Amino acid sequence: MSTGAWTPPKTTKLMGWRELPAIGGYIMEPMSTTKNTTGSWRTERPVIDQDACIRCRTCWMYCPEPAILELDKPYVTKDGRRYDLTYEIDYDHCKGCGICAHECPTKAIKMVPEGAEE
Amino acid sequence: MSLITIEPRIKRGGIIRDRVAITSNYAAAYAAKDVEVDVVAAYPITPQTPAVEKVAEFIANGELSAEYIPVESEHSALSALIGASAAGARTFTATSSQGLFYMFELLYIASGLRLPIVMALATRAASAPICIHGDYQDLAAVRDSGGWIVMIASSAQEVYDSIIMAYRIAEDSRVLLPVMVSYDGFLMSHTTEPVELYDLDAIRRFAPKKIDRPILDSRRPITMGVMAVPDWYYEIKYQVIDAMHNSMGVIKEVHDEFNKTFGRNYRLIEEYRIDDADYVVITYGGIWGNTKRAVDIARKNGIKAGALKLRLFRPFPTDDLVRIVEGVRAIAVIDRAVSQEHQ
Repeated sequence: MSTGAWTPPKTTKLMGWRELPAIGGYIMEPMSTTKNTTGSWRTERPVIDQDACIRCRTCWMYCPEPAILELDKPYVTKDGRRYDLTYEIDYDHCKGCGICAHECPTKAIKMVPEGAEE
Repeated sequence: MSLITIEPRIKRGGIIRDRVAITSNYAAAYAAKDVEVDVVAAYPITPQTPAVEKVAEFIANGELSAEYIPVESEHSALSALIGASAAGARTFTATSSQGLFYMFELLYIASGLRLPIVMALATRAASAPICIHGDYQDLAAVRDSGGWIVMIASSAQEVYDSIIMAYRIAEDSRVLLPVMVSYDGFLMSHTTEPVELYDLDAIRRFAPKKIDRPILDSRRPITMGVMAVPDWYYEIKYQVIDAMHNSMGVIKEVHDEFNKTFGRNYRLIEEYRIDDADYVVITYGGIWGNTKRAVDIARKNGIKAGALKLRLFRPFPTDDLVRIVEGVRAIAVIDRAVSQEHQ
Protein backbone atom coordinates (compact mmCIF):
# COMPACT_ATOMS: atom_id res chain seq x y z
CA MET A 1 0.00 0.00 0.00
CA SER A 2 1.15 3.48 -0.81
CA THR A 3 2.25 5.54 2.14
CA GLY A 4 1.09 8.73 0.55
CA ALA A 5 4.62 10.03 0.23
CA TRP A 6 5.65 11.34 -3.17
CA THR A 7 7.25 8.80 -5.47
CA PRO A 8 8.58 9.51 -8.93
CA PRO A 9 6.16 8.50 -11.74
CA LYS A 10 6.61 5.14 -13.36
CA THR A 11 8.21 5.77 -16.73
CA THR A 12 6.86 4.40 -20.00
CA LYS A 13 9.30 3.35 -22.70
CA LEU A 14 9.42 5.99 -25.41
CA MET A 15 8.78 4.84 -28.97
CA GLY A 16 9.69 6.27 -32.34
CA TRP A 17 7.12 6.90 -35.07
CA ARG A 18 7.77 3.55 -36.73
CA GLU A 19 7.25 1.61 -33.51
CA LEU A 20 4.04 3.24 -32.36
CA PRO A 21 1.26 0.64 -32.17
CA ALA A 22 -1.19 2.86 -34.06
CA ILE A 23 -1.58 6.02 -36.11
CA GLY A 24 -3.17 9.28 -34.96
CA GLY A 25 -2.15 8.70 -31.34
CA TYR A 26 -4.91 6.07 -31.03
CA ILE A 27 -4.69 3.92 -27.94
CA MET A 28 -5.67 0.45 -29.01
CA GLU A 29 -6.32 -1.14 -25.64
CA PRO A 30 -8.87 -0.10 -23.05
CA MET A 31 -7.83 0.73 -19.47
CA SER A 32 -4.46 2.06 -20.58
CA THR A 33 -4.84 5.15 -18.40
CA THR A 34 -4.27 2.92 -15.37
CA LYS A 35 -0.63 2.83 -16.53
CA ASN A 36 -0.51 6.58 -16.67
CA THR A 37 0.43 7.46 -13.13
CA THR A 38 -0.70 10.98 -12.41
CA GLY A 39 0.10 11.00 -8.70
CA SER A 40 3.15 13.19 -9.25
CA TRP A 41 0.87 16.08 -10.30
CA ARG A 42 -0.30 16.42 -6.71
CA THR A 43 0.63 19.34 -4.47
CA GLU A 44 -1.65 18.19 -1.63
CA ARG A 45 -2.67 14.66 -0.74
CA PRO A 46 -5.98 13.56 0.76
CA VAL A 47 -5.70 11.63 4.01
CA ILE A 48 -8.72 9.73 5.32
CA ASP A 49 -9.43 9.56 9.04
CA GLN A 50 -10.80 6.01 9.19
CA ASP A 51 -12.47 6.65 12.55
CA ALA A 52 -14.38 9.70 11.34
CA CYS A 53 -15.36 8.04 8.02
CA ILE A 54 -18.98 6.75 7.98
CA ARG A 55 -18.55 4.71 4.71
CA CYS A 56 -21.17 6.77 2.88
CA ARG A 57 -19.31 6.33 -0.43
CA THR A 58 -19.67 10.03 -1.33
CA CYS A 59 -15.91 10.48 -1.99
CA TRP A 60 -15.87 7.31 -4.14
CA MET A 61 -18.71 8.70 -6.26
CA TYR A 62 -17.28 12.19 -6.64
CA CYS A 63 -13.64 11.29 -7.35
CA PRO A 64 -13.05 12.13 -11.04
CA GLU A 65 -10.13 9.74 -11.53
CA PRO A 66 -11.35 7.45 -9.78
CA ALA A 67 -8.65 7.25 -7.14
CA ILE A 68 -10.75 6.32 -4.11
CA LEU A 69 -10.42 2.59 -3.55
CA GLU A 70 -13.31 0.70 -1.98
CA LEU A 71 -11.68 -2.27 -0.27
CA ASP A 72 -13.23 -5.35 1.33
CA LYS A 73 -11.27 -4.72 4.48
CA PRO A 74 -13.08 -4.84 7.83
CA TYR A 75 -12.41 -1.99 10.22
CA VAL A 76 -13.52 -1.26 13.77
CA THR A 77 -13.48 2.37 14.79
CA LYS A 78 -12.17 3.55 18.14
CA ASP A 79 -15.77 4.05 19.31
CA GLY A 80 -16.70 0.49 18.29
CA ARG A 81 -18.45 0.90 14.92
CA ARG A 82 -17.83 -2.12 12.69
CA TYR A 83 -17.45 -1.76 8.94
CA ASP A 84 -16.89 -4.40 6.25
CA LEU A 85 -15.41 -1.78 3.92
CA THR A 86 -12.50 0.60 4.04
CA TYR A 87 -11.91 3.53 1.71
CA GLU A 88 -8.32 4.28 0.81
CA ILE A 89 -6.59 6.57 -1.70
CA ASP A 90 -4.83 5.33 -4.84
CA TYR A 91 -1.88 7.71 -4.57
CA ASP A 92 -0.49 6.56 -7.94
CA HIS A 93 -3.43 8.24 -9.67
CA CYS A 94 -4.80 10.84 -7.22
CA LYS A 95 -4.02 14.31 -8.63
CA GLY A 96 -4.87 16.00 -5.34
CA CYS A 97 -7.88 17.96 -6.61
CA GLY A 98 -9.50 17.93 -3.16
CA ILE A 99 -13.04 17.20 -4.32
CA CYS A 100 -13.27 14.26 -1.88
CA ALA A 101 -12.27 16.46 1.05
CA HIS A 102 -14.75 19.12 -0.06
CA GLU A 103 -17.64 16.64 -0.40
CA CYS A 104 -17.01 14.50 2.69
CA PRO A 105 -20.05 15.03 5.00
CA THR A 106 -18.08 14.21 8.16
CA LYS A 107 -14.90 16.12 7.21
CA ALA A 108 -13.00 12.83 7.48
CA ILE A 109 -10.68 13.73 4.61
CA LYS A 110 -7.93 16.28 5.09
CA MET A 111 -5.71 17.72 2.38
CA VAL A 112 -2.10 17.60 3.54
CA PRO A 113 0.62 19.45 1.61
CA GLU A 114 3.02 17.05 -0.10
CA GLY A 115 6.23 16.76 1.83
CA ALA A 116 4.54 17.62 5.13
CA GLU A 117 3.89 15.03 7.83
CA GLU A 118 0.29 14.00 8.42
CA MET B 1 -33.37 22.58 -60.97
CA SER B 2 -33.93 19.23 -62.59
CA LEU B 3 -31.25 17.11 -64.20
CA ILE B 4 -30.87 17.64 -67.95
CA THR B 5 -29.79 14.39 -69.55
CA ILE B 6 -28.03 15.00 -72.83
CA GLU B 7 -27.53 11.33 -73.64
CA PRO B 8 -28.55 8.44 -71.38
CA ARG B 9 -26.88 5.04 -70.96
CA ILE B 10 -23.89 5.45 -73.29
CA LYS B 11 -21.52 2.51 -73.25
CA ARG B 12 -17.88 3.43 -73.68
CA GLY B 13 -14.79 1.59 -72.47
CA GLY B 14 -16.94 -1.08 -70.82
CA ILE B 15 -18.60 1.45 -68.50
CA ILE B 16 -22.19 2.63 -68.85
CA ARG B 17 -22.50 6.39 -68.44
CA ASP B 18 -25.23 9.01 -68.43
CA ARG B 19 -24.14 12.22 -70.13
CA VAL B 20 -25.81 15.07 -68.26
CA ALA B 21 -25.54 18.86 -68.03
CA ILE B 22 -24.65 19.95 -64.50
CA THR B 23 -22.57 22.51 -62.60
CA SER B 24 -19.42 21.66 -60.64
CA ASN B 25 -21.44 22.00 -57.43
CA TYR B 26 -23.85 19.38 -58.69
CA ALA B 27 -20.96 17.26 -59.93
CA ALA B 28 -19.64 17.25 -56.34
CA ALA B 29 -23.10 16.30 -55.05
CA TYR B 30 -23.48 13.51 -57.62
CA ALA B 31 -20.04 12.17 -56.71
CA ALA B 32 -21.00 12.08 -53.00
CA LYS B 33 -24.20 10.24 -53.93
CA ASP B 34 -22.46 7.81 -56.26
CA VAL B 35 -19.79 6.79 -53.73
CA GLU B 36 -22.70 6.28 -51.32
CA VAL B 37 -21.50 8.40 -48.41
CA ASP B 38 -22.96 7.54 -45.01
CA VAL B 39 -22.91 10.93 -43.27
CA VAL B 40 -23.05 14.48 -44.61
CA ALA B 41 -22.79 17.51 -42.33
CA ALA B 42 -22.68 20.90 -43.96
CA TYR B 43 -23.59 24.54 -43.54
CA PRO B 44 -24.59 26.54 -46.60
CA ILE B 45 -22.30 29.29 -47.87
CA THR B 46 -22.14 30.92 -51.28
CA PRO B 47 -20.92 29.60 -53.73
CA GLN B 48 -20.98 26.08 -52.27
CA THR B 49 -24.70 26.09 -51.30
CA PRO B 50 -26.17 24.25 -54.34
CA ALA B 51 -23.75 21.35 -53.72
CA VAL B 52 -25.06 20.58 -50.25
CA GLU B 53 -28.65 21.46 -51.19
CA LYS B 54 -28.42 18.81 -53.89
CA VAL B 55 -27.03 16.22 -51.47
CA ALA B 56 -29.85 17.04 -49.02
CA GLU B 57 -32.32 16.58 -51.89
CA PHE B 58 -30.84 13.18 -52.78
CA ILE B 59 -31.24 12.05 -49.17
CA ALA B 60 -34.76 13.50 -48.84
CA ASN B 61 -35.80 11.75 -52.07
CA GLY B 62 -34.38 8.43 -50.93
CA GLU B 63 -31.80 8.41 -53.76
CA LEU B 64 -29.00 8.31 -51.20
CA SER B 65 -29.25 6.45 -47.93
CA ALA B 66 -27.24 8.74 -45.66
CA GLU B 67 -27.56 10.81 -42.52
CA TYR B 68 -27.67 14.55 -43.24
CA ILE B 69 -26.80 16.64 -40.19
CA PRO B 70 -27.97 20.24 -40.67
CA VAL B 71 -25.43 21.81 -38.33
CA GLU B 72 -25.39 25.41 -37.10
CA SER B 73 -21.89 26.24 -38.41
CA GLU B 74 -18.96 24.97 -40.43
CA HIS B 75 -17.08 24.40 -37.19
CA SER B 76 -19.82 21.96 -36.23
CA ALA B 77 -19.98 20.49 -39.75
CA LEU B 78 -16.42 19.27 -39.66
CA SER B 79 -16.72 18.34 -35.96
CA ALA B 80 -19.70 16.13 -36.76
CA LEU B 81 -17.81 14.46 -39.60
CA ILE B 82 -14.78 13.86 -37.39
CA GLY B 83 -17.04 11.91 -35.04
CA ALA B 84 -18.80 10.08 -37.86
CA SER B 85 -15.56 9.21 -39.63
CA ALA B 86 -13.98 8.03 -36.37
CA ALA B 87 -16.93 5.66 -36.03
CA GLY B 88 -16.26 4.27 -39.51
CA ALA B 89 -18.65 6.27 -41.69
CA ARG B 90 -17.82 7.47 -45.20
CA THR B 91 -18.31 11.23 -44.89
CA PHE B 92 -18.72 14.29 -47.10
CA THR B 93 -18.99 18.03 -46.66
CA ALA B 94 -18.47 21.13 -48.77
CA THR B 95 -17.71 24.74 -47.99
CA SER B 96 -16.17 28.02 -49.23
CA SER B 97 -14.08 30.91 -47.92
CA GLN B 98 -15.30 32.06 -44.48
CA GLY B 99 -16.78 28.62 -43.92
CA LEU B 100 -13.40 27.02 -44.47
CA PHE B 101 -11.79 29.55 -42.14
CA TYR B 102 -14.38 28.72 -39.50
CA MET B 103 -13.43 25.05 -39.86
CA PHE B 104 -9.76 25.81 -39.50
CA GLU B 105 -8.91 24.23 -36.15
CA LEU B 106 -10.84 21.11 -37.10
CA LEU B 107 -8.79 20.71 -40.29
CA TYR B 108 -5.78 19.86 -38.15
CA ILE B 109 -7.83 17.53 -35.97
CA ALA B 110 -9.25 15.64 -38.97
CA SER B 111 -5.78 15.10 -40.44
CA GLY B 112 -4.08 14.53 -37.08
CA LEU B 113 -6.66 11.85 -36.26
CA ARG B 114 -6.07 10.36 -39.73
CA LEU B 115 -9.73 10.47 -40.74
CA PRO B 116 -10.49 9.96 -44.46
CA ILE B 117 -13.01 12.80 -44.72
CA VAL B 118 -13.62 14.21 -48.20
CA MET B 119 -14.55 17.86 -48.64
CA ALA B 120 -15.49 19.83 -51.72
CA LEU B 121 -14.32 23.44 -51.74
CA ALA B 122 -15.95 25.94 -54.09
CA THR B 123 -13.19 28.52 -53.74
CA ARG B 124 -14.12 32.09 -52.89
CA ALA B 125 -12.48 35.38 -52.00
CA ALA B 126 -11.76 36.15 -48.34
CA SER B 127 -13.60 38.95 -46.50
CA ALA B 128 -13.21 41.93 -45.94
CA PRO B 129 -14.54 43.48 -48.07
CA ILE B 130 -17.21 40.80 -48.35
CA CYS B 131 -16.96 39.19 -51.76
CA ILE B 132 -18.77 36.03 -52.76
CA HIS B 133 -16.89 35.63 -56.01
CA GLY B 134 -14.19 33.22 -56.92
CA ASP B 135 -10.51 33.37 -56.18
CA TYR B 136 -8.28 30.91 -54.35
CA GLN B 137 -7.33 32.82 -51.19
CA ASP B 138 -9.31 30.38 -49.06
CA LEU B 139 -7.41 27.40 -50.44
CA ALA B 140 -4.08 29.25 -50.13
CA ALA B 141 -4.82 29.89 -46.46
CA VAL B 142 -5.18 26.18 -45.73
CA ARG B 143 -2.15 25.22 -47.80
CA ASP B 144 -0.50 23.79 -44.67
CA SER B 145 -3.51 22.42 -42.87
CA GLY B 146 -1.86 19.60 -40.99
CA GLY B 147 -1.96 16.98 -43.70
CA TRP B 148 -4.92 17.45 -46.04
CA ILE B 149 -4.41 16.21 -49.56
CA VAL B 150 -5.63 18.93 -51.92
CA MET B 151 -6.70 18.48 -55.52
CA ILE B 152 -7.81 21.29 -57.81
CA ALA B 153 -10.21 20.44 -60.62
CA SER B 154 -10.66 22.43 -63.80
CA SER B 155 -13.95 21.06 -65.11
CA ALA B 156 -17.18 19.69 -63.68
CA GLN B 157 -16.20 16.25 -64.97
CA GLU B 158 -12.91 16.53 -63.12
CA VAL B 159 -14.74 17.52 -59.92
CA TYR B 160 -16.91 14.40 -60.18
CA ASP B 161 -13.97 12.14 -61.02
CA SER B 162 -11.67 13.66 -58.40
CA ILE B 163 -14.16 13.15 -55.58
CA ILE B 164 -14.54 9.48 -56.53
CA MET B 165 -10.74 9.16 -56.55
CA ALA B 166 -10.50 11.15 -53.30
CA TYR B 167 -12.29 8.42 -51.36
CA ARG B 168 -9.94 5.76 -52.68
CA ILE B 169 -6.90 7.87 -51.77
CA ALA B 170 -8.16 8.99 -48.36
CA GLU B 171 -9.25 5.51 -47.28
CA ASP B 172 -6.07 3.76 -48.45
CA SER B 173 -4.36 2.26 -45.40
CA ARG B 174 -1.02 3.70 -46.58
CA VAL B 175 -2.53 7.19 -46.51
CA LEU B 176 -5.53 7.68 -44.17
CA LEU B 177 -5.64 11.44 -44.57
CA PRO B 178 -8.52 13.77 -45.45
CA VAL B 179 -8.84 15.06 -49.00
CA MET B 180 -10.11 18.40 -50.28
CA VAL B 181 -11.30 18.73 -53.88
CA SER B 182 -11.54 22.34 -54.96
CA TYR B 183 -12.94 24.18 -57.96
CA ASP B 184 -13.52 27.81 -58.93
CA GLY B 185 -16.38 29.50 -57.12
CA PHE B 186 -19.04 30.63 -59.63
CA LEU B 187 -16.86 30.21 -62.72
CA MET B 188 -17.18 26.47 -62.19
CA SER B 189 -19.52 26.01 -59.23
CA HIS B 190 -22.39 27.68 -61.12
CA THR B 191 -21.45 26.90 -64.73
CA THR B 192 -23.30 24.09 -66.44
CA GLU B 193 -21.09 21.69 -68.36
CA PRO B 194 -21.52 18.23 -69.83
CA VAL B 195 -20.54 15.53 -67.31
CA GLU B 196 -20.58 11.75 -67.61
CA LEU B 197 -21.97 10.04 -64.52
CA TYR B 198 -20.83 6.45 -64.28
CA ASP B 199 -22.72 3.29 -63.60
CA LEU B 200 -22.97 2.72 -59.84
CA ASP B 201 -21.62 -0.82 -59.97
CA ALA B 202 -18.43 0.42 -61.64
CA ILE B 203 -17.99 3.07 -58.94
CA ARG B 204 -18.64 0.49 -56.23
CA ARG B 205 -15.96 -1.72 -57.72
CA PHE B 206 -13.51 1.18 -57.97
CA ALA B 207 -14.13 2.68 -54.53
CA PRO B 208 -15.61 -0.10 -52.39
CA LYS B 209 -16.57 0.71 -48.84
CA LYS B 210 -14.14 -1.22 -46.73
CA ILE B 211 -12.88 -0.08 -43.39
CA ASP B 212 -9.15 -0.68 -43.32
CA ARG B 213 -8.44 1.35 -40.21
CA PRO B 214 -9.15 1.39 -36.48
CA ILE B 215 -12.55 2.88 -35.66
CA LEU B 216 -14.53 3.70 -32.55
CA ASP B 217 -16.53 0.58 -31.78
CA SER B 218 -17.89 -0.13 -28.30
CA ARG B 219 -17.29 -3.86 -28.82
CA ARG B 220 -13.55 -3.22 -29.29
CA PRO B 221 -12.90 0.02 -27.44
CA ILE B 222 -10.00 2.25 -28.46
CA THR B 223 -9.18 5.85 -27.58
CA MET B 224 -8.92 8.65 -30.15
CA GLY B 225 -8.10 12.27 -29.49
CA VAL B 226 -5.47 11.79 -26.83
CA MET B 227 -3.15 14.37 -25.38
CA ALA B 228 0.50 13.84 -26.27
CA VAL B 229 3.47 15.43 -24.55
CA PRO B 230 6.34 16.47 -26.85
CA ASP B 231 8.08 13.06 -26.59
CA TRP B 232 5.07 11.52 -28.34
CA TYR B 233 3.62 14.48 -30.21
CA TYR B 234 6.37 14.71 -32.81
CA GLU B 235 6.42 10.97 -33.40
CA ILE B 236 2.66 10.98 -34.06
CA LYS B 237 2.95 14.07 -36.29
CA TYR B 238 5.86 12.51 -38.14
CA GLN B 239 3.57 9.61 -39.03
CA VAL B 240 1.37 12.21 -40.79
CA ILE B 241 4.38 13.54 -42.69
CA ASP B 242 5.27 9.98 -43.66
CA ALA B 243 1.68 9.29 -44.79
CA MET B 244 1.68 12.52 -46.81
CA HIS B 245 4.93 11.39 -48.42
CA ASN B 246 3.49 7.92 -49.16
CA SER B 247 0.32 9.45 -50.54
CA MET B 248 2.13 10.66 -53.67
CA GLY B 249 2.64 7.09 -54.88
CA VAL B 250 -0.89 6.10 -53.90
CA ILE B 251 -2.37 9.12 -55.71
CA LYS B 252 -0.49 8.12 -58.87
CA GLU B 253 -1.68 4.51 -58.54
CA VAL B 254 -5.29 5.61 -58.05
CA HIS B 255 -5.03 7.97 -61.04
CA ASP B 256 -3.67 5.16 -63.23
CA GLU B 257 -6.42 2.79 -62.19
CA PHE B 258 -9.09 5.46 -62.62
CA ASN B 259 -7.81 6.37 -66.08
CA LYS B 260 -7.83 2.72 -67.10
CA THR B 261 -11.25 1.98 -65.64
CA PHE B 262 -13.15 5.06 -66.77
CA GLY B 263 -11.15 6.05 -69.85
CA ARG B 264 -9.67 9.32 -68.61
CA ASN B 265 -6.20 10.81 -68.71
CA TYR B 266 -5.63 12.47 -65.33
CA ARG B 267 -2.11 13.22 -64.15
CA LEU B 268 -0.82 15.10 -61.14
CA ILE B 269 0.40 17.80 -63.52
CA GLU B 270 -1.40 18.15 -66.84
CA GLU B 271 0.78 19.20 -69.76
CA TYR B 272 -0.19 21.14 -72.89
CA ARG B 273 2.16 21.60 -75.89
CA ILE B 274 5.09 21.34 -73.52
CA ASP B 275 7.57 19.17 -75.44
CA ASP B 276 9.41 21.90 -77.38
CA ALA B 277 8.16 24.86 -75.35
CA ASP B 278 10.45 27.78 -74.50
CA TYR B 279 7.84 29.56 -72.38
CA VAL B 280 5.54 27.82 -69.97
CA VAL B 281 2.47 29.05 -68.11
CA ILE B 282 1.74 27.24 -64.85
CA THR B 283 -1.75 27.52 -63.43
CA TYR B 284 -4.64 25.55 -61.90
CA GLY B 285 -8.42 25.42 -61.77
CA GLY B 286 -11.01 26.69 -64.20
CA ILE B 287 -8.77 28.95 -66.27
CA TRP B 288 -6.99 25.91 -67.70
CA GLY B 289 -9.15 26.02 -70.83
CA ASN B 290 -8.38 29.72 -71.37
CA THR B 291 -4.70 29.03 -70.79
CA LYS B 292 -4.59 26.36 -73.48
CA ARG B 293 -6.34 28.76 -75.87
CA ALA B 294 -3.73 31.42 -75.05
CA VAL B 295 -0.96 28.90 -75.78
CA ASP B 296 -2.55 28.17 -79.17
CA ILE B 297 -2.69 31.90 -80.00
CA ALA B 298 0.94 32.37 -78.91
CA ARG B 299 1.98 29.40 -81.05
CA LYS B 300 0.16 30.95 -84.06
CA ASN B 301 2.22 34.08 -83.44
CA GLY B 302 5.44 32.08 -83.53
CA ILE B 303 6.04 31.88 -79.77
CA LYS B 304 6.90 28.40 -78.57
CA ALA B 305 4.48 28.40 -75.64
CA GLY B 306 3.26 25.57 -73.46
CA ALA B 307 1.20 25.22 -70.30
CA LEU B 308 1.03 23.15 -67.16
CA LYS B 309 -1.89 22.62 -64.86
CA LEU B 310 -1.38 21.66 -61.22
CA ARG B 311 -4.03 19.10 -60.41
CA LEU B 312 -2.43 18.04 -57.15
CA PHE B 313 -1.65 20.95 -54.83
CA ARG B 314 -0.86 18.99 -51.63
CA PRO B 315 1.40 17.08 -51.52
CA PHE B 316 3.06 19.40 -54.02
CA PRO B 317 4.46 17.43 -56.97
CA THR B 318 7.80 19.26 -56.87
CA ASP B 319 9.91 16.51 -58.48
CA ASP B 320 7.52 16.07 -61.39
CA LEU B 321 7.26 19.82 -61.91
CA VAL B 322 11.02 20.40 -61.85
CA ARG B 323 11.54 17.55 -64.32
CA ILE B 324 8.88 18.86 -66.74
CA VAL B 325 10.10 22.47 -66.81
CA GLU B 326 13.79 21.62 -67.05
CA GLY B 327 15.37 23.59 -69.89
CA VAL B 328 12.54 26.05 -70.57
CA ARG B 329 13.52 29.72 -70.94
CA ALA B 330 10.87 31.30 -68.76
CA ILE B 331 7.90 30.35 -66.62
CA ALA B 332 4.81 32.47 -65.93
CA VAL B 333 2.65 31.55 -62.96
CA ILE B 334 -1.00 32.47 -62.72
CA ASP B 335 -1.91 32.03 -59.06
CA ARG B 336 -5.43 33.14 -58.27
CA ALA B 337 -4.63 33.77 -54.62
CA VAL B 338 -3.03 37.10 -53.83
CA SER B 339 -0.50 37.21 -51.04
CA GLN B 340 -0.80 40.65 -49.51
CA GLU B 341 2.74 40.45 -48.14
CA HIS B 342 4.34 40.25 -51.57
CA GLN B 343 4.02 42.77 -54.35
